[in-house]
Amino acid sequence: MSDWEVVIGLEIHAQLATKSKIFSGSSTAYGAPPNSQASLVDLAYPGVLPVLNAEAVRMAVKFGLSIGAEVARRSVFARKNYFYPDLPKGYQISQYELPVVKQGRLAIMLDDGAVKTVGVTRAHLEEDAGKSLHEGLGAATGIDLNRAGTPLLEIVSEPDMRSAKEAVAYMKKIHTLVRYLEICDGNMQEGSFRCDANVSVRPKGREKFGTRAEIKNLNSFRFVEKAINYEVARQIELLESGGTVVQETRLYDSDKDETRSMRSKEEANDYRYFPDPDLLPVQIDEAYIEAVRSTLPELPDDKAARFARDFGLSAYDAGVLSASRELGAYFEAVVAKLGATHAKLAANWVMGELSSALNRDNVDITASRVAPEQLSGLLTRIVDETISGKIAKEVFEAMWSEGKPADAIIEAKGLKQITDSGAIEKVIDAVIAANPKQLADYRSGKDKLFGFFVGQVMKATGGKANPAQLNELLKAKLG
Amino acid sequence: MLHNLSIGDLADRLATKQISSVELTRHFLGRIERLNPALNALITLTAELALQEAEAADRRRAAGERGPLLGIPLIHKDIFCTDGVRTSCGSRMLDNFTAPYDATVVARLKAAGAVMLGKANMDEFAMGSSNETSYYGPVRNPWDTSKVPGGSSGGSAAAAAARLAPFTTGTDTGGSIRQPAALTGVTGVKPTYGRVSRYGMVAFASSLDQAGVFARTAADAAIVLKAMAGFDPRDSTSIDTPVPDYPADLERPLTGLKIGLLREFFDGLEARNTALIQDALKIYRSLGAQTVEVSLPHLPLSVPTYYVVAPAECSSNLSRFDGVRFGYRCENPTDLLDLYQRSRGEGFGAEVKRRIMTGTYVLSAGYFDAYYLKAQKVRRLITDDFRAAFEQVDLLIGPTTPTPAFAIGAKIDDPVTMYLNDIYTIGANLAGLPGLSLPCGFVDGLPMGLQLIGPHFSESRLLNAAHRFQQATDWHSRSPRGYE
Repeated sequence: MSDWEVVIGLEIHAQLATKSKIFSGSSTAYGAPPNSQASLVDLAYPGVLPVLNAEAVRMAVKFGLSIGAEVARRSVFARKNYFYPDLPKGYQISQYELPVVKQGRLAIMLDDGAVKTVGVTRAHLEEDAGKSLHEGLGAATGIDLNRAGTPLLEIVSEPDMRSAKEAVAYMKKIHTLVRYLEICDGNMQEGSFRCDANVSVRPKGREKFGTRAEIKNLNSFRFVEKAINYEVARQIELLESGGTVVQETRLYDSDKDETRSMRSKEEANDYRYFPDPDLLPVQIDEAYIEAVRSTLPELPDDKAARFARDFGLSAYDAGVLSASRELGAYFEAVVAKLGATHAKLAANWVMGELSSALNRDNVDITASRVAPEQLSGLLTRIVDETISGKIAKEVFEAMWSEGKPADAIIEAKGLKQITDSGAIEKVIDAVIAANPKQLADYRSGKDKLFGFFVGQVMKATGGKANPAQLNELLKAKLG
Repeated sequence: MLHNLSIGDLADRLATKQISSVELTRHFLGRIERLNPALNALITLTAELALQEAEAADRRRAAGERGPLLGIPLIHKDIFCTDGVRTSCGSRMLDNFTAPYDATVVARLKAAGAVMLGKANMDEFAMGSSNETSYYGPVRNPWDTSKVPGGSSGGSAAAAAARLAPFTTGTDTGGSIRQPAALTGVTGVKPTYGRVSRYGMVAFASSLDQAGVFARTAADAAIVLKAMAGFDPRDSTSIDTPVPDYPADLERPLTGLKIGLLREFFDGLEARNTALIQDALKIYRSLGAQTVEVSLPHLPLSVPTYYVVAPAECSSNLSRFDGVRFGYRCENPTDLLDLYQRSRGEGFGAEVKRRIMTGTYVLSAGYFDAYYLKAQKVRRLITDDFRAAFEQVDLLIGPTTPTPAFAIGAKIDDPVTMYLNDIYTIGANLAGLPGLSLPCGFVDGLPMGLQLIGPHFSESRLLNAAHRFQQATDWHSRSPRGYE
C-alpha cells in the first residue's frame, strides 16, 4: 500500500438555492407531488425556449469570487446531447468550453493541522435532469420532472487530493463555503450537494497519472471516504496482481460497500456538444462583478483567522467554530456576553456540551433549546465560581430539557457551590473519621487514595464543594 | 370581390360597417371549402373557432376598439403552436399533438383581432423546398396544380396566392418564405433574425429560424409585420429594439437609394430570368435609385454551410420527439430503446431522418472541427461579406430562385438538386438579415420573384422599396386562373 500514491479529483454538484429553475419559472422546492413543478419548458414541449435565470449566474459569480477565481467575462451554454427519459429535451444545457468560473483555489486543513491548497479547475452552470420512478408502477417506469431544470453549479477540482480523508476535507470545505454564501442549502439527503470522484493510483515518485475510474453520485461524506478507499484498494490489488485499470464509470453500492462498473470508456456517449443557439453568451462586466463582491459575507477562512487572533483559539477550534455561519454566530454571541477573556471556555462548551446535545436530539443550532445568552449565563456562574464545571454540565442538561435559565436551576436544585471553608472542613473531618483504614493506607504511601477522599467529600456534598478549595483543605488534613 | 381587396381596404369596410368580420370570415371559409381540395394548402380548418373569433372581433369593434387587423382573417403555418388546436408541423410525429399554448406570433395576431381560419400545410418540420415532404401530402401550386408551390411554407404561400385568406404566416430558415412566395407570385417577408419571437414556433434550426408573413402586397405585409414583431422576454434571441411604423414608411421616395446587384446571383442564371431582373432594375432606376454591381465572394459557399449548420441544430432540436411525453408513440414498445427507435423511425419522414443523420454526423467527435466548426467560420465570412456590401449600398437585389415552380415529383428523389433551390435565399439566413420576395414577372406562365436583402433591421426600407415597385407594376395583382 505504501508503494502507491493515490490521486483524487472531485466534481461536486451543488444545487443552487434559486427560487425558480435555471431556464423556466417553475419552483425548485423539494418534495412536491411528481410533475407538479414541471412547466411546458421543463417538459420540453414543441416550440418552448429557455430563458436564463440571472440569479443562478449571480450565485455562480459569488462562488467564483470566494475561491479567488477569475470570473469569465463571456461564458457560453452548450447542449450535451443524449437520450434518456428523464432528460426531456434529449439534451442537457450545460456550460462546456467556456464556463462562468475559471481557475480558483481552496485551502483545506489536514488531520495533522497542516494546511493544503487544492486547485479548483472551473465551476460551471448547468441544469439537472428529472428522476425515473420504479416503485409501485409494476413493470412500468414513471418520470418525475420536478427536478428537471434545477440549477446546478458543477465545481471541478484539480487532481490534488492524495487520500480519501483529503477528499472529504475538501468536500466539507466546499460544503461550508456554499452554505456561507447562501447559494446552496447543502442538503445531501435531498441531493442538493453530491459529487463524482475521479480516483487513480500511481507508483510513488512517478509523475504520470494512472488510469482513473470515476465513481458517480456520492451523496454523503462517509460514502465518499468509503467509496474512495474501496476503489483505491481495488486498483492497487488489480495492479499488483499484474492487471490494468480500465477507464470507466463506476457506481458505489453503500449496502455492500463496493464500487461496480457502470460503463467503460468505449461505451461512453458521444455527447455532440455544441453552443446552444437558443441562449446568448453570458456577458459579465466589471461593475457587475464588483456589485456581487460587495455582497460577499466574511468567508470561513477569514472568520477562523479572526477567532484565532481575537480569542486566542487554536487553529483547530477556530476551524470547527467557523464551519458554519450559524455556529460561528452562536459562539460569538456567547463570547459577547461572557467576555473575550473567557472565549476558550465558551469554545469548549459550544463544541462540547452544546454540540453533543444538538446532535443527540437532531436539532439545528438556530433552533437550539439553550440560546447563546442562556449559555453565557451558565458559563458566567463557572467563571464566578458559583458552580463547578462538573455541576455546570448537570445544570446545562436541565436547561436543555426544561428551557429555564441557569440561575433558576441552580437555585431550585440547590446546586450552588460550597465555598465556605468551615463547611467543607466539617465534611472532610467526618469522611476521615469514617475511613480509618484508608487513612492509614494513604499515610503509608498509597497516594492514589487521595482521589478516594475527594470522591467521598464530593458525594457527601452532592458535588457542590469547590474543587480547588477541597483539594487544598484535604491535603492539609491528610497531612 | 372581397378576397381581392387589400387588408387596408378590408379594414375600411369593417370600420364603415359595410361588412362584418363574421361575413368576411364566412366568405374566406367558403373559398377554402371550395378551392382547398385541389390545393391541399390547409391541413386543419378551424371554421367554428374562426366564427367565434370573428364574432369577438365584431364585438370589440362595436365596443369602440380599432385596429388594422381587427376582424381580418388569416391562416397560420402549422409550425406555430395554437392553443387547443392541432399543431402537426406537417409530421406524423405530431399528427396527434394539440398545442396547450399559443406561440407569441399567434398570441400577438390574436390580440390584434386577426381571425384564424385554419393551419397551413408545410414540409415536415419545415425541411423541404417543395412542400412534398409533408405527412399530409404535397401542396399544389394554384398557377399550375401539377407544379410545387415551393417550401417549406408551401401551404401558406399557395393559400395567399389562391386568396384563401388576406394574409398567412410562415417561417424561413433557408428561404422557406421567400422561395414559395416567388413560386406562387405573392409577397413574402423574412424579417431580421430576432425581430419576431420564435417562442411557440416548433424549432428546426434555432440560429436560422425566423417567422414572417405572406401577403399579396408589401403594403399588406407591412401592416401584419408591425403586429407580429417585437421583443419577447420568452425568446432570449429576440432583440429589444423598437418596432418602426412600417406602413408609415411605405411612401418614402427612392431617390438616391443605392441598390447593389449581387454578381454571384447571376452566374448561370437563365437569360429569361436575368431579363426580368434587368427590367426590375430599370423600374428602380426610373424611381430614382442608383444600381451598382457588388460581389460577395463567400456567398457561393452558402448552401454547403447551411447544410452543416441547419442539420446540426435540427438533430438536437428534434431529440425531444421521443415518444415519451407527447406526439407519436409506436405500438407495444418492448423496451426503452425499442420505444425510441420505432417511435422516431415511424414518426419521422425520410427528409427529416436524412437531416438528423447528417446533423448527428457533423457534431460527432472527430468530425466536429472539420464540419460544424468550419461551417461556423464560413458563416462568419459570409456575414462579413454582407456587412462590407452594406457599406457601399442600401440594399441588395437579385432573383429569389433560379427557376420558376417545378413539377411535383421532379426533384424529390434528388436531395442535392432540391437543396440548390435555396441557393439565393440561404445567405440572408446565415447572416441573420431581412429578405423580401416580390413578384417581378412570369416565365412559362409561372411567377418569378425579385429578392431584396437589407442590413439588420432594415425591414422598413425593404417594404418601402417593394411598395414603390408595386406602385409602378402590376405583377402582384395578377391572380392565378380560377382564383380571381
